[in-house]
Amino acid sequence: MNRLDNQWKNQHLAWRAGFGPQARDIEILRNNSPSVQLKAMIAASQQPPTYIDVVSNSMEGMLMNRRNLSIEEKRQLRKQSRDDIKTLNLRWLDEMIASPAQLREKMAFFWHGHFACRNLNIYYQQLLLHIVRTNALGNFGDLLKQVSKSAAMLNFLNNNQNRKGHPNENFAREVMELFTMGRGNYSETDIKEAARAFTGWGADASGAFVFRNNQHDDGSKRFLGQEGNFNGDDILAIILAQPATANFITGKLIRYFVNEQAPREKIDYYADRFRQSGYDIQSLLADLFSSNWFYDVANTGNRIKSPIELWVGIRRQLPFDLPAPEIQLLVEKLLGQVLFYPPNVAGWPAGKNWIDSSTLLFRMRLPQLITGNEALQLNPKQDDDVQMGRAPVQLGRNFRAIINWPAYIQAFADSKETDRYETVNRFLLQSKHQPSAAVFENHNDKSSPELAIGTLTLNLMSTPEYQIN
Amino acid sequence: MLFNRKEFLQASTLASASMFVPRFLQATEQKAAVPAGNKVLVVLQLSGGNDGLNTVVPYRNDLYYQARPVLGLKRQDCLSLTDEVGLHPALTAFKAAYDDGSLAILNEVGYPSPDRSHFRSMDIWQSASNSDEYIYNGWLGRYLDNQCKACNHPTQILELDDMLSLALKGKNGSGIAMREPNRLYQSSKQKLYRELIQQHQSSHSEDLPDFLYQTLTNTLNSADYIFEQSKKMPSNAAYPATEMGRKLKTIAGLIFSDINTKVYYLSHGSFDTHVAQEGQQKRLFTEMNDAIEAFVKDLKANNRFKDVVLVTFSEFGRRVSQNASAGTDHGTANNMFFVGGALKSKGLLNAMADLNNLRDGDLQYKVDFRAVYANLLENWLDTPAENILGGKFSGISVV
Repeated sequence: MNRLDNQWKNQHLAWRAGFGPQARDIEILRNNSPSVQLKAMIAASQQPPTYIDVVSNSMEGMLMNRRNLSIEEKRQLRKQSRDDIKTLNLRWLDEMIASPAQLREKMAFFWHGHFACRNLNIYYQQLLLHIVRTNALGNFGDLLKQVSKSAAMLNFLNNNQNRKGHPNENFAREVMELFTMGRGNYSETDIKEAARAFTGWGADASGAFVFRNNQHDDGSKRFLGQEGNFNGDDILAIILAQPATANFITGKLIRYFVNEQAPREKIDYYADRFRQSGYDIQSLLADLFSSNWFYDVANTGNRIKSPIELWVGIRRQLPFDLPAPEIQLLVEKLLGQVLFYPPNVAGWPAGKNWIDSSTLLFRMRLPQLITGNEALQLNPKQDDDVQMGRAPVQLGRNFRAIINWPAYIQAFADSKETDRYETVNRFLLQSKHQPSAAVFENHNDKSSPELAIGTLTLNLMSTPEYQIN
Repeated sequence: MLFNRKEFLQASTLASASMFVPRFLQATEQKAAVPAGNKVLVVLQLSGGNDGLNTVVPYRNDLYYQARPVLGLKRQDCLSLTDEVGLHPALTAFKAAYDDGSLAILNEVGYPSPDRSHFRSMDIWQSASNSDEYIYNGWLGRYLDNQCKACNHPTQILELDDMLSLALKGKNGSGIAMREPNRLYQSSKQKLYRELIQQHQSSHSEDLPDFLYQTLTNTLNSADYIFEQSKKMPSNAAYPATEMGRKLKTIAGLIFSDINTKVYYLSHGSFDTHVAQEGQQKRLFTEMNDAIEAFVKDLKANNRFKDVVLVTFSEFGRRVSQNASAGTDHGTANNMFFVGGALKSKGLLNAMADLNNLRDGDLQYKVDFRAVYANLLENWLDTPAENILGGKFSGISVV
């Protein structure tokens, strides 16, 4: 079986550079060349994104005016904020599922994990999300600077407590360790000196960056071998000039998009080009996604989908509506990845870390849960940072998904019965290793071609192989 | 080869766990050996940050009452352990255990540079990392890695929950989570899953499909194995009809069977008492106390109490001073309980929290929690701790 034809490559691209292929595009996937597909994906992501704004005017007023609120009003505000973060989560999921700007949303999702930030202020969170989505394909330096000056990140990493004479090194440390160079490329002294340079960086209630001159340490600093009266911007500029930064970011991108075991020489090659381009993210991605190496058989079907990728991928491959979309929050919790709640500043784990007995069984049961063939009786763990000691809200337990079967089955209308397994399988599974067709014989409903395709689809989505892209 | 459907159904109803070893794994199959008198660790996580100062109460310390004019527990209400120290009034079973030498209390447990985020601090406790390290596996998971190299059911560590905690995730494999043996068994009983396993052939060059199939196989094997074991010697003692009561009853039944489980993990909460702490902590303690009382009684009646140690921990304690909402905010160091019939050290193991030496209003830890893990791993679970904990930690010998 020739797996390395255009359909296979285009689907590979759709899973990596986006959240997976759609059934309605099956003709395009079969017929276009990967280079045409890549151009189309890039073109579809050129528009700046629309600001996802879930904060009401009255809420915004309260957020801006926090200090003058009563205890009860503050409590209300926190509750509203947590609820609005859920709405932001669902709205962004909608974009991932339906937006034609797949490359932009996928990259935004990557940066959302890279610049991992927990902050219960919805206003700050939606501002940070907008920075990430706007700059997802832009210039890494701009992205880094804007994230570093965002209220969400400054607060999360305690830079609002970083003052002359009383430094808080958290922000300075994480910027270097996790956002740019990685460990081993700077000393503890560099962290201390950088922290001094970041003193005075803060944000006001509206989320705007403020520089508090009276809190800033304007003495001379020695940082990465250079000496000067550096401020925070200078530090970021010096960090961006380090080859280690290009290497670290490129390595992370390649491990994420191509292969967890990326060869050193590939990273060096692309890192060089990335730095020479002045950190142009889109050209790095175009470089990668158009290389023969990206389509090398060893680099296909070699990743475990993260929970968000799995869920959004299901929703793209099998079109359905959810009358009560909040159920998706429960899915995120049970799979172990809730947008806006990364486990820590290092972001989510990857690969095999997603899989244990509970998550694997839940992943494999998801298709049957969506159709309502099985009832969901699982409880997620509590999150005390969110719940603040209150009882968890019981989420609706019924998906009640309205699956658009006619639209889905249409994609396979011209396939003969003898080709059915192969046709559906090719669209759904990106794993090189395939379950044998015979195993599904007893499980598919063959009373009509539609039911046969439908049951086969759900069963293929219930396999270990479906966890791979 | 595909099983004939009828044959397969017959096989699956009669089969014991070992039947479902797919061909690609058969070569590595090992029978689990279960020693009699199997020592068991039960880890009880008090989620949300339990207020240690109102758990083990320094009722002769004026600083305690100064910091807590409303929330401070009065001496006459506490269950007296010594002239200085009493327990929260709801903890009667712990008081009884103290009196009969089966309770140990360790104060001021924590770690350097404490983090006040629930999630982060819990991850630090569960992964046994430093507070500036991010590790995506847990101390019990790494214990499992040591115990279960290519074994077929990683039931050495079990969590009573629908989701598996970080503590039980290893580098190579992970423990099993289940709320009830029957529920896990039912959800694993899909014929499709078993038939998929039977048809799977090792792909050799591809590591991920084998990893996923191995995890699936282990899960189904474990589901069968746990379910079988849970029916062998189910506890018929009376437990409170609470979630924790049900979980401890399940655990007791499994302890009485010859399952190979060495560690059980369960959580109770939420102890995040920012507001109106008194009622919430009392309610949670009552549920915990009554369930543990039944558990201890059950273990004693079956002559297994000496084989069991139950350990409690929380991601942090709370601030020494009460807040304006009759609650307490996130703090740092905290106390731990050890309940068991064969403790090496008993009673109050160290001095009470030092309220004279606070740092920004918080207690300063004196005992690194990893020293406790080291003791449990080395002396209770017979496993070298240094590799699992990424360093040498010593000084605790409660077991």
